[in-house]
Amino acid sequence: MNEASGRAEDRADGGRALTAAAFIPGLAHLRRGRRRAGLSLLGLALAMLAVLAFSFDRVASTFTAGRVDYWVAMLTLAGTLAAAWGVSLRAEWGRPRQRAEGTSQWAIAWREFNRNRVAVLGLFLMCGLYLATLLAPYLTSYEPNAIGDIAATRHLPPSLDHLMGTDKFGRDVFTRVLYGARISLSIGFVAVSISVTLGTVVGAVSGYFGGAVDTVLMRFVDMLISFPRLVLLITVIALFEPSIFTVIVVLGLTLWPATARIVRGEVLSLREREFVEAARALGLASPRIIFRHIVPNVLGPVIVAATLGLGNIILIEAGLSFLGLSVQPPTPSWGNIIDGGREYLVQAWWVSTFPGLAIVVTVVAFNLIGDGLRDALDPRLRI
Amino acid sequence: MTAYIVRRLIQAIPLLLGIVTLVFVIVHAAPGDPTAMYVHPSVSPEVIEQMRENWGLDRPIHIQYLRWLRSFLTGDLGVSLTQNRPIVSILAERIPNTLILSGTSLVLIFAIGIAIGIVQAVRQHSTLDHTLTLSALFIYSMPSFWLGLMLILVFAHKAHLLDWWPAALTFPASGMTSVDYDLMSGWGKLGDRLHHLVLPSIALGVASAASVARYMRSSMLEVIRQDYIRTARAKGLPERTVILKHALKNALLPIITLLGLYLPFLFSGAVLVEYVFAWPGMGRTIVDAISQRDYPLVMATSFIFAVMVVIANLIADILYAVVDPRIRYE
Repeated sequence: MNEASGRAEDRADGGRALTAAAFIPGLAHLRRGRRRAGLSLLGLALAMLAVLAFSFDRVASTFTAGRVDYWVAMLTLAGTLAAAWGVSLRAEWGRPRQRAEGTSQWAIAWREFNRNRVAVLGLFLMCGLYLATLLAPYLTSYEPNAIGDIAATRHLPPSLDHLMGTDKFGRDVFTRVLYGARISLSIGFVAVSISVTLGTVVGAVSGYFGGAVDTVLMRFVDMLISFPRLVLLITVIALFEPSIFTVIVVLGLTLWPATARIVRGEVLSLREREFVEAARALGLASPRIIFRHIVPNVLGPVIVAATLGLGNIILIEAGLSFLGLSVQPPTPSWGNIIDGGREYLVQAWWVSTFPGLAIVVTVVAFNLIGDGLRDALDPRLRI
Repeated sequence: MTAYIVRRLIQAIPLLLGIVTLVFVIVHAAPGDPTAMYVHPSVSPEVIEQMRENWGLDRPIHIQYLRWLRSFLTGDLGVSLTQNRPIVSILAERIPNTLILSGTSLVLIFAIGIAIGIVQAVRQHSTLDHTLTLSALFIYSMPSFWLGLMLILVFAHKAHLLDWWPAALTFPASGMTSVDYDLMSGWGKLGDRLHHLVLPSIALGVASAASVARYMRSSMLEVIRQDYIRTARAKGLPERTVILKHALKNALLPIITLLGLYLPFLFSGAVLVEYVFAWPGMGRTIVDAISQRDYPLVMATSFIFAVMVVIANLIADILYAVVDPRIRYE
């Protein structure tokens, strides 16, 4: 009897033995040879515990601060720890997972994606970024908008106290970049959701019905695409008061044509396929055919477009805030921090440099994921 | 071919009409009307009423629309509210500046992108190939305005503090010409202009160059696998001739379509880059006009931008039809 089957038998009768793996997240996966999953769970748990240890005072102050973002951070911290531990426990105590031979299309895509090491790196980067924005109040001991003693803290170069230095008002740039990430990432997320949904609906309707509907919709798309994106955006935003809300709506309502074109192209070939013909022969209503039978088949390219679009929208939003047409100071966003540092670029290079690096890292992460997804979801590339 | 060009030209007309209409809709969808900014306790309501009448805002919407159409068709883009002169004359000064900047960038984008793409394709899977792919990824994830600021920081302000840094590699931080431009000789003027062009055109073009390189690499790889390339090699032609004479021509074809795709992108970038480098082009104009709430100028500039994109697409399509004999446009 070899070791592996011995262990399986242990579990079969002993059930939930209190092994070390039951207490340390990730160990269970590591023991089963799933190195990447194990190490990431372990790393995640350690990172959360490190945050707890190093800023215990701030975590404790959650109960007295009475601020929403402290509670969000608390929930994130507890939730992430609990999730890491839960996943680990399931691997240790749960039944061994049945690996079916005939896997679904999405499972195949996920496996392909997992093989692509750079894409997974991008995914890790993205998760890290979102975690960091949620945990922001615990990761820094400064407030983003607190102006201290300007004479003493103005334009301090990067040091251990101020990782990215301080700006002209003596505010900690690292803190502002961290809080700015919230704005940039959430604007990107909401705007992409709006534009992708709109683009999919317009593209599917246009491709499915064809004829006059198609002509009208596509000529409208041609018109919107003729405007350089940023020009269209600033023209529309200029007429309203710049605010987060305006920017999200305008971004969502102006960036859909690209998705619409992609979806239309896919739908044009899908609608000639047998399963659509069968659905029509069954007498299903057009909306049902479009949304239940056609749209699920174009989700692959749509997801890819959305991921690449996220990176793009973050770049565009940064440009808008840089021009002062998005989030208004003192609320930090990556673009307006860069703009704020422009005046004293030579004396205090760090103010403009670091938020730009944050943008580059974020966009690289989204591009890596997007490229990985494209390779994983396009069956034509799979051999 | 002529028939094709004529047909494409005719197709562009409804598109342009649509763009004019879209701009009209955007203006009228906005809350308030242009007189709102003049409402002030010291301005009597009669004056405001008079302004509405002068600008035709009291007319029914379809009359306003027809007048709007007529003014665009006759090339009358209205009068700037802040500069008090016809918008046509303002834009006439600014359009060439934007074209100089974008044109230089475009040459840079395609020259660098194509060269790097060829090198990568020829040395596929080498360390050089991987390094270039990785750096391209970072470069096209950079915001152009930030890259511009960093270039200014390094090449205009910091690098020349090093003793060994050559003076020729220190570039001006802003503007199109130096202060003493008028005193320069003919060649000096040209040199000065080129010197001012270096940083902005790099900031504007480098991201697109990275993506052209990516397309060029895959296009070249596709062509290299073809039979006629094997034939050329089998004839004993030097590798150089095979790549540069036989493969390059065909690999370039799909790249031409990128030309039309990149222009809107380039103009978007130009808005930010012109702002950073104080370049007196259309991008700078529209940004200034927005901060001064000069709406007629904003609308006219964005309209001209759209027209430029339509024209560029037209040129790209025609160019493609000219160079690719396989496609018959009948």
